[in-house]
Amino acid sequence: MNKKKVCGNPKIWKDPPGAAMYCPGCQHPVIDRIISEVLEEMDIDGKAICVVGVGCHAFVQISWNLDVLSSAHGRALDSGTAIKRLNPDAIVFTVQGDGDCIGIGAGAFIGAMIRGEKITTIMFNNTNYGTTGGQLAPTTLLGQKTATTPHGRDAALEGYPVHTAELAATFKGTAYSARGSVHTPADYQRTKRYIKTAFQKQIDGVGFSFVEVLSACPPNWHLSPVKCLKRIGEDIVSEFPLGEFKNEDSTERLSKSK
Amino acid sequence: MAEKMFVQGNEAVGWGALYCGCDGFFGYPITPQNEVTQWFAHEFPKRGKVFLQSQSEVGSINMLFGGAAAGFRVMTSTSGPGWGLMQETISHLVAAELPCVIVLVQRGGPGAGSIRHAQMDYITATRGGGQGGYKNIVLAPGSVQEVHDLIQLGFHLADKYRNPLVILTDGILGQVSESVEVKTIDFGPLDKKPWALRGRERQEDGKSRIVNSAVGVLPLPPYPNYISWLKHIEEKYREMEGSELRYEIYQAEGADLILVAYGYTSRVSKEAVNMARAEGHKVGMIRPITLWPFPYSVIREKAMLGCKFLVVEDSLGLLIDDVKIGVEGRADVHLVGILDRHIPTDGGMIMPGRVFEEIKRLL
Ligand SMILES: Cc1ncc(C[n+]2csc(CCOP(=O)(O)OP(=O)(O)O)c2C)c(N)n1
Ligand code: SF4
Repeated sequence: MNKKKVCGNPKIWKDPPGAAMYCPGCQHPVIDRIISEVLEEMDIDGKAICVVGVGCHAFVQISWNLDVLSSAHGRALDSGTAIKRLNPDAIVFTVQGDGDCIGIGAGAFIGAMIRGEKITTIMFNNTNYGTTGGQLAPTTLLGQKTATTPHGRDAALEGYPVHTAELAATFKGTAYSARGSVHTPADYQRTKRYIKTAFQKQIDGVGFSFVEVLSACPPNWHLSPVKCLKRIGEDIVSEFPLGEFKNEDSTERLSKSK
Repeated sequence: MAEKMFVQGNEAVGWGALYCGCDGFFGYPITPQNEVTQWFAHEFPKRGKVFLQSQSEVGSINMLFGGAAAGFRVMTSTSGPGWGLMQETISHLVAAELPCVIVLVQRGGPGAGSIRHAQMDYITATRGGGQGGYKNIVLAPGSVQEVHDLIQLGFHLADKYRNPLVILTDGILGQVSESVEVKTIDFGPLDKKPWALRGRERQEDGKSRIVNSAVGVLPLPPYPNYISWLKHIEEKYREMEGSELRYEIYQAEGADLILVAYGYTSRVSKEAVNMARAEGHKVGMIRPITLWPFPYSVIREKAMLGCKFLVVEDSLGLLIDDVKIGVEGRADVHLVGILDRHIPTDGGMIMPGRVFEEIKRLL
């Protein structure tokens, strides 16, 4: 019989893969898989250097057959900046949580966009701090109960959820910004396209590229994995619309004379 | 090839770094180290090297974290409040075993303190100012030439031990200009950093690497667990203590009183020793060049001979604690400190005459 493999682990997944540390129903590894497929399909995994932040999103470092730096909490883009400046041929990307990127790491994030670093950032938005037990994040929805907003996020006290992909799009140094999700197969494919485009911007030297991806965190949302998908499709997507917010092709705006 | 130049201490940082193959400088403006950052902005890009002004000192030090992990020789420079901001990541650098050089041009504290010279960061520099109780070599130049030389030694030792290293100067040493011989100093061979991140296909063995500072969370080979890794780190500290101690002894033979000082106050102290010797007083000086590891044994030896000690440092007394550890209660230890400046302002200095007065009082 002629057997043909139609599905399997990405090539850059270690064999055996690192010990799975994610909770059942966590979507972080789904996003990791998309990144793996994109690196493989674009044939850039060999020269990729990934900088992960601190949080559940960082577990991927033990699964990937890639060079990975595990940075201080919030500082992946500072460390990535130096790597890219010193080694411009490398494909440098950061994997960060929403807390890591736009909470504690907001200064590093904005600094990288102001300078227009030729780096790609994938931000996993699970609307809370996963690792430390589901506390308030800058992305937490209004009314959402977390470990540190036991009565729900109150705009008068904690402000409003931050729209990171829209914010990134406002920077001249940003070439590409999008928000995707993986709660349906169609969204998985769309998000994969976004991430591919983001890496292409880096290869073309257009500027900073950013993709925010919504991710389920069942234990901290106190929902079953299936109900998490429903929450994303309804409540979260209505706060955080999916799509591309910036797609810039020209490098002219980065030229010296302007 | 050597070149003679008349340069500032802060500029000598740059010349030293350039001549030992520094690849990148990442810094943020702060007085009194601004000339360091500006030197790199002028001299590095035109030579194809990286200069980048970060968005904060937290940014600078985390850029070093990335640059060092990628196998490059990288450095930064800062003062007072900027030094405070860097502490968390200096600890990460030690944990991830990443070599780099941090120049600390000391100014007055605490808080924003003063923007002029002082020697008030001794403890955080020598005791691991960040989380977790770590060690790093601290080199303290006493002249502009030594700034140039110790930057080069600093990069060598940082690479040799895979550990960040601090060069501790001060606002006066930074601003003063002296004649310097600029050249590459050979400290011997080093490995090619086989652990560095280059992208898998650029690795000689074709295998990927991970650089991580959370060894207790994600154990990395070759350390099966947190304690085995801590043991390795501890052995490295012991090796640095055993092999890297450096100090200068000046006129200490047969002395009744020993001055202990580093940086600008070591120059002041030398002058005071000369004044005292000219009048027949038996006075000498020990100048630690490595502040960690500290020359406790040298201090102890003198204490056992019955010497008294006078610490000369432009602070309320920080280095004095190490001298007290060294004498083990066998000798009196006195201080000429920041309260003894010639005028009571941020511009005041400890002058040789004031040190000489104290020498005469103690003998
Ligand atoms: C300086 C510092 N403060 C706090 C922490 C503790 N901490 C570890 S992970 C984390 C939150 C991570 O949340 P996020 O970035 O959203 O990632 P997730 O776990 O949700 O993937 C925090 C606060 C830390 N490691 N370092
Ligand atoms: S806590 Fe949340 S983010 Fe972390 S592994 Fe579990 S589901 Fe994923």
